[in-house]
Amino acid sequence: MTSKIKSFSELKELQEKIKAARDSRQQRITICVGTGCLAHGAMSVADAFREELDRRGLSVKIDFRKTGCHGFCERGPMVILAPENIFYQHVGVSDVGEIIEKTLLKGEIIDNLLYANPQTGEKYVKEDEVPFYKRQTRTVFGMNSKVDPKKMEDYLAVDGYSALAKALKMKPGEIIREVVTANLRGRGGGGFPAGRKWEETSKAAGTPKYVICNADEGDPGAYMDRSLLEGNPHLVLEGMIIGAYAIGSNEGYIYVRNEYPLAVENINIAIKQAREAGLLGENILGSGFSFDLKVNRGGGAFVCGESSALFASLEGRAGEPRAKYVHATEKGLYDKPTNLNNVETWANVPFIINNGGDWYAGIGTDRSKGTKIFSLVGKINNTGLVEVPMGTKLREIVFDIGGGILNNRKFKAIQTGGPSGGCIPEAYLDMPVDYDELTKVGSMMGSGGMIVMDEGTCMVDLARYFTNFLANESCGKCVPCREGVQRMKEILVDITEGKGREGDIELLESLASSIKDGALCALGTSAPNPVLSTIRYFRDEYEAHIKEKRCPAGVCKALITYSVDSGKCTGCTLCAKVCPVGAATGEKKQAHKIDSDKCTRCGACKESCQFDAIIVR
Amino acid sequence: MVNLTIDNKKIQAEEGQTLLDVARQNGIVVPTLCHHESLEPSGSCRLCSVEVGEGSRTKVVTSCLYPVAEGLVVQTGSERVMNVRRTVIQLLLARAPESEQLFQMAENMGISPEPRFKASEDGNKCVLCRLCVRTCEKIVGVSAIGFSSRGPQKNVCTPFHEPSNVCIGCGACSYVCPTGQIEMHTSPAGDVRTIWGRDFKMAACKVCGRYFAPEDQLQYISGRTGVPLEELMVCSSCR
Ligand SMILES: Cc1cc2nc3c(=O)[nH]c(=O)nc-3n(C[C@H](O)[C@H](O)[C@H](O)COP(=O)(O)O)c2cc1C
Ligand code: SF4
Ligand code: SF4
Ligand code: SF4
Ligand code: FES
Ligand code: FES
Repeated sequence: MTSKIKSFSELKELQEKIKAARDSRQQRITICVGTGCLAHGAMSVADAFREELDRRGLSVKIDFRKTGCHGFCERGPMVILAPENIFYQHVGVSDVGEIIEKTLLKGEIIDNLLYANPQTGEKYVKEDEVPFYKRQTRTVFGMNSKVDPKKMEDYLAVDGYSALAKALKMKPGEIIREVVTANLRGRGGGGFPAGRKWEETSKAAGTPKYVICNADEGDPGAYMDRSLLEGNPHLVLEGMIIGAYAIGSNEGYIYVRNEYPLAVENINIAIKQAREAGLLGENILGSGFSFDLKVNRGGGAFVCGESSALFASLEGRAGEPRAKYVHATEKGLYDKPTNLNNVETWANVPFIINNGGDWYAGIGTDRSKGTKIFSLVGKINNTGLVEVPMGTKLREIVFDIGGGILNNRKFKAIQTGGPSGGCIPEAYLDMPVDYDELTKVGSMMGSGGMIVMDEGTCMVDLARYFTNFLANESCGKCVPCREGVQRMKEILVDITEGKGREGDIELLESLASSIKDGALCALGTSAPNPVLSTIRYFRDEYEAHIKEKRCPAGVCKALITYSVDSGKCTGCTLCAKVCPVGAATGEKKQAHKIDSDKCTRCGACKESCQFDAIIVR
Repeated sequence: MVNLTIDNKKIQAEEGQTLLDVARQNGIVVPTLCHHESLEPSGSCRLCSVEVGEGSRTKVVTSCLYPVAEGLVVQTGSERVMNVRRTVIQLLLARAPESEQLFQMAENMGISPEPRFKASEDGNKCVLCRLCVRTCEKIVGVSAIGFSSRGPQKNVCTPFHEPSNVCIGCGACSYVCPTGQIEMHTSPAGDVRTIWGRDFKMAACKVCGRYFAPEDQLQYISGRTGVPLEELMVCSSCR
């Protein structure tokens, strides 16, 4: 391992030495072994590469690198061959020999490993030609594919820790001023300006002061924080050390979700390496500044990501929020001045220090700066983690990067901001995505989750789904959230089951406004968002459910019937064969029928019918 | 001293006081359920909500926790505030329809149940005000009860719902409960008290012979204060 680096010049020398050793290596094979790709078997592919390279005596010549997530997990395992940056996807163990033989040694492209556009069939050779990557600006996340998270040398090779060295030569106030100029806003949800938070904490009276990284990431389906921590832990560490120095803190914590074992493993390795190298601990880089931190595993409740609940959990108490009329910057963990920032927020800091606050403020919109990593999922062709400048249009994210809607169906809405975010309809697709614009349309940035929905989604059912999640995740401390969200859920269940009553929409609206005003923490105050935004844009769907007992999207089982279009039915008998309850019947070559009383609305007949003859209404 | 306005009245208060305390000192009625003078505020019932600020930039805050500030303008009965209160009461009425205390409170406030909320039939009267848990922890000092589960399933109980071996049977939790949820029974002879599923042997007064407190409680007090158990075996009226 690296021995202690005692000064700025020693760091510089070490970086140069590592870089020089690397430049001589021409070819590189990079394979992603992030959690997503691992699930697709990336580790056995990586092992096969290692073995094959060893067997052929190529290991000394070829730089073989295992990295964290590149974002396009759906296409894993993925392999990139540098210097050409040839991009192979869905690589299996059996492809390894061929890749080395053909591409590495002869420069031939293997056609069936290339990414093909699902809509046009067009194939792309290089990583940056793939539409999913082409429109992105991967400032923060792009570093993931350059480093092996378990090797600090890799991070140093891309000038890692230069920002720290630079920062330690600045005055704390100067660093804070850069972050204020950059107008970096919190990526954990609230969007509070980080610079202002740092300033408040630095000025607050009391010792010790704590610096904490929120890596709880409770939003189901969102995994940017995990991928950053797993894939580039030193970047997050570097941001935190800089922050600690600016704020005047010598102690910190990383609060990580317990379900993230690889993130915990990699951050612990990084901390150990940084300590051994003298980048953490006493007298960092000979500057006289000392800072160290611990990793703490979270209990796994959604609410534990909320700042005051997180402090309670760190202190060993139940993860329940407190009222925050006194800011955490004054009284946070153990009632001491505390600066809590999200993983992605910390990861942005080294870039701001290296390039300056003005450079950073040049990216994005008027009041939202820099890039943001989104987790793009749902009924869309390319799912994954996407980094774009603030202000990028929703349409660009969904159609250019996301590749449009699955099976060429119609876009209906996009849900942003995680479970307590809102649904945005087609009319706003040209909206630039930033904190304030999202709030204006009744949604929010949250941690950056985006779920795309097509015409087959029932918006009432969707509101029911999220409200149910939030009702169960309420900590139960305060009445509006514990009881109120549960009641909203019950009303939504009724509506989807055909038991909606006149006045339900109005009751939902008035409950929502009391919960927004009355709940103790932001879980409660934002819990009505899914309901309010769907009522706002899809009120007609609510009305159809309540007044006409009809589900326009054909989703709510109690409100739909299956029947056969006798004009289209050829009497092939397939539906009668697959129907598990014998509701579909008919003679061969004669139009079939469905007995609505027997039908369980399982949809098997519709799926099996080759002639599109099953009608759902 | 700080100057503020509550319901259009100019009021002076001391720094560090909460809006609830100041309002009450000035005869302004603010309802509460989870508040108790001898306990730190917990802010869980949300009944004490009030609106602060002026014009379009107002917000609803929890008066039992909100510190007074110079120039603050407060409304304790605005429409937004009344909506929160009505909703809270209606939600609790549906949760604990058998609590007479709660019904009384609703009646006094002129709030009737929301028919769309299906009234709970499980006989549970607890509104999770936390007074019992906080009393047992902070005043009695034994933490025999706490919460289990979260969300709508959250409830007050002994650890693992088993009879607690740290409970001293003092009954403080039962006395403080505003809804009559915590039941405490005494045997006809008065020699056994039952609370939280456990039987406590009562001590008889050395002087008058009347059963007056659980033995476990006297032992606990003795251990805490250093007063010999013998001396504690006399009831308050004979002392
Ligand atoms: C219910 C709830 C859950 C939250 N979960 C997270 C989380 O998982 N990660 C996170 O960074 N912030 C989360 N937050 C936001 C934090 O409370 C806090 O605002 C944030 O960590 C501050 O960091 P930032 O300013 O860098 O965003 C959550 C907030 C609420 C109300
Ligand atoms: S709003 Fe919900 S999560 Fe927050 S304190 Fe109240 S009950 Fe708990
Ligand atoms: S009776 Fe038991 S649970 Fe109740 S306050 Fe006394 S010690 Fe606590
Ligand atoms: S048992 Fe009584 S005192 Fe305890 S939380 Fe429930 S209502 Fe409050
Ligand atoms: S884990 Fe490999 S791309 Fe995400
Ligand atoms: S009295 Fe303030 S919230 Fe209960």
